[in-house]
Amino acid sequence: MTELSLPSRFDGIAEKLNGPNTLGNSRAFWIAFAVGMFVMVAYPFARGSYAAGQTSLFLVYGLLALSLSLIWGYTGILSFGQVAFFGIAGYTYAIVSLNLGGVFGQTVALPIAIAVSTLSAFVLGYFMFYGGVQNVYVAILTLVVTLVLETFMAQTAGSEWAVGSVKLGGFNGIPGIRNFALGVEGASISLSGSGFYWFVLALLLGAYLGGRALVNSKYGYALVAIREDAERTAMFGYNVKRVKLAIFTFSGALAGLSGVLYSTWGNYMDPSVFTITFATIPIVWVTLGGRESLLGAIVGTIIIERLRLWFSVNASEFAIVFVGVILMTVVLVLPRGILPGIRQIYLFLNENGPRAAVDHGQTVIKARIREALQTVGIDASDPDTPSSSEVVRE
Amino acid sequence: MTSGFGATGALTPLIIGDFLGFLDSIGVPVVQLLQIADNFAFITLAAIGLTVIFGMMGVINLAHGEFIMMGAYITTLSVNVASLPLPVAMLLGALGTAAFGAVIERTIVRRLYGRLLDSMIVTFGLGLILTQGTRIIFGNTLQSIGTPFGEVPGYTYSGYRVLLMFVAIAVLSAAYLVFTRTEFGIRARATIQDAETARAMGVDTDRMYTTTFAIGSGLAGLTGALYAPSATIVPGMGQAFLVESFVTVVTGGSTVLLGTTLAGGVLGTIDAIFSNLYGNFFGQLALLLTAIIVIRLLPDGLTGLAYRIRDKLGERQ
Repeated sequence: MTELSLPSRFDGIAEKLNGPNTLGNSRAFWIAFAVGMFVMVAYPFARGSYAAGQTSLFLVYGLLALSLSLIWGYTGILSFGQVAFFGIAGYTYAIVSLNLGGVFGQTVALPIAIAVSTLSAFVLGYFMFYGGVQNVYVAILTLVVTLVLETFMAQTAGSEWAVGSVKLGGFNGIPGIRNFALGVEGASISLSGSGFYWFVLALLLGAYLGGRALVNSKYGYALVAIREDAERTAMFGYNVKRVKLAIFTFSGALAGLSGVLYSTWGNYMDPSVFTITFATIPIVWVTLGGRESLLGAIVGTIIIERLRLWFSVNASEFAIVFVGVILMTVVLVLPRGILPGIRQIYLFLNENGPRAAVDHGQTVIKARIREALQTVGIDASDPDTPSSSEVVRE
Repeated sequence: MTSGFGATGALTPLIIGDFLGFLDSIGVPVVQLLQIADNFAFITLAAIGLTVIFGMMGVINLAHGEFIMMGAYITTLSVNVASLPLPVAMLLGALGTAAFGAVIERTIVRRLYGRLLDSMIVTFGLGLILTQGTRIIFGNTLQSIGTPFGEVPGYTYSGYRVLLMFVAIAVLSAAYLVFTRTEFGIRARATIQDAETARAMGVDTDRMYTTTFAIGSGLAGLTGALYAPSATIVPGMGQAFLVESFVTVVTGGSTVLLGTTLAGGVLGTIDAIFSNLYGNFFGQLALLLTAIIVIRLLPDGLTGLAYRIRDKLGERQ
């Protein structure tokens, strides 16, 4: 973006958005990004309002994926609890908006729901990070919190479980949540179909660019430093606990926004958002796309959700098997995800040309296969190539 | 009932019943103690496989619930289809799961040492495949094999569940003996303490990891096998053990057997009280809160506390 033709104030924006912590800082990337955005904006015109309404769910999930990418990919905290904040916000929105009723109720419910999910993330984060909980223990605790929430919501079928006039409904959930709307009686907008799609797309774009600015700022450097070595970061004088708590709270808020949009998209909320399967799904998106890439998280979300949709129509019982297989293959074969993988190939082609790329690919694959055979116990190394591990390390 | 316990079947509940009656007569609150013992057995058995793998190798096996499910399925199928006696079927369940665990360690987990979170995710994916694969192959449920022994006379309490309490203690003791008193245990602990030095001393560390993972998996399978007669056999049954086992790992801390025993005792009591008074959800909630409080106050879990007390006592002497 830092071209001569642009006025200088755009330089400042570009500077904020580009940096070592995001993929795609080149002009080519931003052109491709603009084309991609154009296609996304034009999508409802090509496929109609109904299809756009369906697709907007993927974008809603994209916000959830972004929240996980920030906390896990950049800060190195694996949280199974993003769906918990997602669900808490969705339930809160349902309860508040249905109790108050009308467009005004919905407008009030939005900030309340996000505030409740933010607060939940803050409280949980405070106890974890200031309690010295680290690494796997964070993952376990967030998972347990999510599972306990499922147990709780699942047993609220009785009529005594109601907040105001809204019954929590156990497994049946809360139906009748209205489409997303803002404003007061008489002067309001209600969004569905294409309108909702564009609205969520704008939010996702904002969250993505905001996220880029965040991770490329000084604060983002601190996040990455914590991921790489928390102890050393503390030695440098950073308050690691506070930074962790802040980013955990922020990503809880983002997950909460996603949850509110989800509840208005499907017009209902049920405990399935707290199940272990749903808790895994964001991790699959982010793993596939590339956890250390905000765009990767969104791309991974859209790919997985499209495939899951296909499976649910054509072979519903294999959908979860497929999710599991994707998860295992990506972590084992492409641990950094597809977007960083594509970038590596792109960079390699730029530097060495296609011929060298093919040769390099061959050696790497050969080395990988040999290594795989060795772990099963077959020694297939030939004496001509002295050390296969050298090649793999590249 | 084609139960291998046939010979003792009529005998055991009577003995237990007499014993409990005796305790009751001298003023011991037997019913509450039974509940606590039952929860202790459930929690320690649910966690033991997970804690062995985590404590020894630092790997969190998120397919733990599915390994338990696998043990239960092998046991149930052995009884239903091959009509094997129950103890043999249970042994098969444990051994089958152990073998599966060894294969998984060789092919998958091995690549992820040092990538702790990645190994969590991969085992999570494995768990999803196992659950859904089981559902596709065997359908939504299996016919249950029924609980042996019946009820303890005088109490509305399944004699089998009482037996499980003793089994839990036996399993813990056996694991303790294996890891402290055998050649293998010494090698395994040497590997954990310092893999490089152990290798230099001639320990085949790769093999130690495989064996340890297999033992952990086998223990999970054994848990499934033991609960197969009294549980509903469904593909998702492993999830019933998840909350308890993870909370135990967090609460217990890094020393495997001591941690599991202590955490089992503490959490079993808490779970018994809250589940009885307020229902399953509050039981789980109480467990979760306990875990959070324990880890807030004791970063090394209950074992850390135990060691601190031991050190203090040592100083005084």
